[in-house]
Amino acid sequence: MAYFIADNIISSLGFTTVENFNSLLSGDIGIEKMEDADIYPGPFLASTIDKTRLENEFRLLAHKYSNFSKFTVLEKLMILSIDDALSQCQPDVKSDKTAFIFSTTKGNIDLLDKSKKDEFGPDRHLLWKMAEEISNFFGNPNKAICISNACISGVLALNTAAMYINAGQYETIVVCGGDLVSRFVVSGFMSFLSLSDEPCKPFDKDRKGLSLGEAAGTIILSEKPSASKQGIKFMGGATANDANHISGPSRTGEGSYIAIKKALFEAGMRTDQIDHISAHGTATPYNDEMESIAIARHNLQKAATNGIKGSVGHTLGAAGIIETAILLEEMRNNTVLKTSGYKNHGVGEQINVSTENSGLELNTCLKMASGFGGSNAALILQKI
Amino acid sequence: MGKLFINKYCHIKNNKVFLDGKLVFSDDEVHDIKPFLKSVYRFLKPAYNKFFKMDEISKLAYLCSEYLLQDVDLSAFNKDDIAIVLSNSDSTSITDQNHQNSISKEGGFFPSPSIFVYTLPNIMIGEISIRHKLKGENAFFIVENFDAGLLTNHINNLYLTRKAKVFIAGWVNINNDSYEAFLFLLSPCGKKYNKGEIEKVYNQHKYI
Amino acid sequence: MDELIEKLKIQIIEQLNLEDMEPEDINAKEPLFGEGLGLDSIDALELIVLMEKEYGIKIQNPKDGQKIFRSIETMASYIQMNQK
Repeated sequence: MAYFIADNIISSLGFTTVENFNSLLSGDIGIEKMEDADIYPGPFLASTIDKTRLENEFRLLAHKYSNFSKFTVLEKLMILSIDDALSQCQPDVKSDKTAFIFSTTKGNIDLLDKSKKDEFGPDRHLLWKMAEEISNFFGNPNKAICISNACISGVLALNTAAMYINAGQYETIVVCGGDLVSRFVVSGFMSFLSLSDEPCKPFDKDRKGLSLGEAAGTIILSEKPSASKQGIKFMGGATANDANHISGPSRTGEGSYIAIKKALFEAGMRTDQIDHISAHGTATPYNDEMESIAIARHNLQKAATNGIKGSVGHTLGAAGIIETAILLEEMRNNTVLKTSGYKNHGVGEQINVSTENSGLELNTCLKMASGFGGSNAALILQKI
Repeated sequence: MGKLFINKYCHIKNNKVFLDGKLVFSDDEVHDIKPFLKSVYRFLKPAYNKFFKMDEISKLAYLCSEYLLQDVDLSAFNKDDIAIVLSNSDSTSITDQNHQNSISKEGGFFPSPSIFVYTLPNIMIGEISIRHKLKGENAFFIVENFDAGLLTNHINNLYLTRKAKVFIAGWVNINNDSYEAFLFLLSPCGKKYNKGEIEKVYNQHKYI
Repeated sequence: MDELIEKLKIQIIEQLNLEDMEPEDINAKEPLFGEGLGLDSIDALELIVLMEKEYGIKIQNPKDGQKIFRSIETMASYIQMNQK
């Protein structure tokens, strides 16, 4: 069995899972209008991390570790995130029974900018190099595993970690995801006309597209449950491809439907056992419609469904990790958070999107994710 | 639970295509990956117009999969039991640079959606999935060098947890110096397969 | 107008990587999407970039694209009307 024993979120809403959860409880929205010509020639909306706090916190962390070298902004975020998660469970990171799995779409992509090119050496923009630098920092003897599978990277990394632990290959796996709001990504999504001009509104009638966010998140999985926290275990997980289009999701929710079906099969569960769904909910017209169809095809319309991208934006390779960390916190608190940005139902299927924070006994939950390349993922968690 | 077997493998590098270790195509006239890929396409004649829309690395992955799956009958398997597990070291760095050039502060600012969409390595998995209607498990790993152990471990785990029965897996990489695609097909029927066997067939063309 | 139509054909072939296609293969009245040239959603976005890059015309609402990009002919007349 694989258990979720520690987690961290660094986003616009805070530097720990609890800070983020409390901020979401109070309905905070971290997506703001920005003007930064280094990122985009005109004004744009994004959810970004307080960089002054990052530098301060990182300086404090320096006292704990001896082998300090130079790190990029994203690496600092990921190191801080991992350090906080490790402090909650103290696994032996120097053991070969501990592994690191990283999840990112573009990693240190900001290094492609001419002004930053020579600062970190010729290959630091490569994702395996970033993963290696971070796992070396913590002194882990295993080769760092790095997954880059668009917006399902985070959920896929968690599924992969659970699978390796279930196979007895590792005792503990630290899964860390991160991505930045960069010129590269903002201009790309702008060219896709998929960015909303107000904080995004998942599943809403007036949704106009997504909001980008930056975040780092860490979840530690272990073969043994946590001694101090509510035990939550991995029940099943899967990915599937739509085999339909490289950027547009399937109109029938095919891949998402299959991923949920396979995750349920591994969990040995029926859909009526699912108490709550954390959706991908990007607030693009097609994604949310597709997810509602996949949910309805599994007769999960009654399950309380929410998403947090209306507050923290779409954090790409971090999304699956931080959204699962929030889901874990929801389970520990038996609370379903409201879906920021959602007012009027705007998808074809009558799924149950949360409008208020509400108390609900949460035993079994489903996390969904979808992304470019026709990729879809599902993950089922349960309290022990 | 049965075992997995290696059915077929295809290796493309240095203007040559090898199928199951045998040279099946080469073009010494061209000196760049672009015309080479076009030349392979003209030779194969798959009549697949989407090919021309792809970036170079997706073209390379697609052509390699085309060779791999040519004359292969997978109809005995469900489409959602066929997984694709790929890896490389440079992600999509060439296309990343193209996108970066289109948004530089010095030049014009005209990001292109058809370039940006290819700045994710798993788009290669998407293209192969679309071409062959494959709906199974996906994973893209970024690793410094070809790592048979990483791939076979992931594949064996997916197989043992009954998440997939057939696997298209391997390495597709392009950087400023070279390009290489190496894909293999594993299924529950055929020749023996293990990490050593994958390493052996990969290293067949090490010095070419 | 005819000159603009010919120029557009060449630009579209190049921008959308319509390999194996010559300007004379494209009928200016034929639908660009669906049956005609069989373009898809990414091509539509790419046409919006083309309009801005080559003709300085910004299409704010992608829904307008459906009318403007019906055929090469509709594109050409839109350019004539909106180019400064």
